[in-house]
Amino acid sequence: MRVALVDSPIDVAALISEVSDDSCGAATVFLGCVRNVNEGRAVTGIEYSAYRSMAEREMSAIAHEAAERFGVTRLIVEHRLGTLGLGDVSVAIVSAHPHRAPALDAMRFAIEELKRRVPIWKLELYVDGTREWVGAVSIPEGVR
Amino acid sequence: MTVTVLLFASYADALGKSAIELDVAPGSTVRDILGTLCAMPGGDRLPPRPLVAVNQEYASASTTLQGGEEVAVIPPVAGG
Repeated sequence: MRVALVDSPIDVAALISEVSDDSCGAATVFLGCVRNVNEGRAVTGIEYSAYRSMAEREMSAIAHEAAERFGVTRLIVEHRLGTLGLGDVSVAIVSAHPHRAPALDAMRFAIEELKRRVPIWKLELYVDGTREWVGAVSIPEGVR
Repeated sequence: MTVTVLLFASYADALGKSAIELDVAPGSTVRDILGTLCAMPGGDRLPPRPLVAVNQEYASASTTLQGGEEVAVIPPVAGG
């Protein structure tokens, strides 16, 4: 397993070949991408920032938890930081296993936990030139 | 004793800085640090009970500090 914060585009094909081998009957890929609209406002891009040391630590903890829960050790989590344009991949979760169920479960677990507790933030950039931090009101429930 | 307070995203905007060295009394808790921050210019824009991490681990308001810690005030996370 491997986790990383990256500052350049995520190479999804490279991640798939890295995570899988001939013992794996299943490989899964989840990609988070920059969407052109959020809550009715036209978006032109997103600036991602993080508390890097803690984010990497939490991502690593999530990968270890996924291994414990689902027996999936072939798991890569990469999150990109910096300014991304529409359609750019912000996060990739790639998993592989001899069978599909554990691969799918581990992938789903990893993205849901990442969104819940990894200290990464989005500054959304809008068509009208304004910008706003996403989620500046709600607080995730049950964080540790 | 001294602790390093880190601020991110909307909280860094609120206080106009991303790191603050704070001199605090021995035995201070996370709650005390938050009280000090709230009294600083822009501190009224922090929520009453923000998430906090001490040395990169989520911590509660009652956590006692020994000095030298990195205390991060964590806005609602939005990765993905």
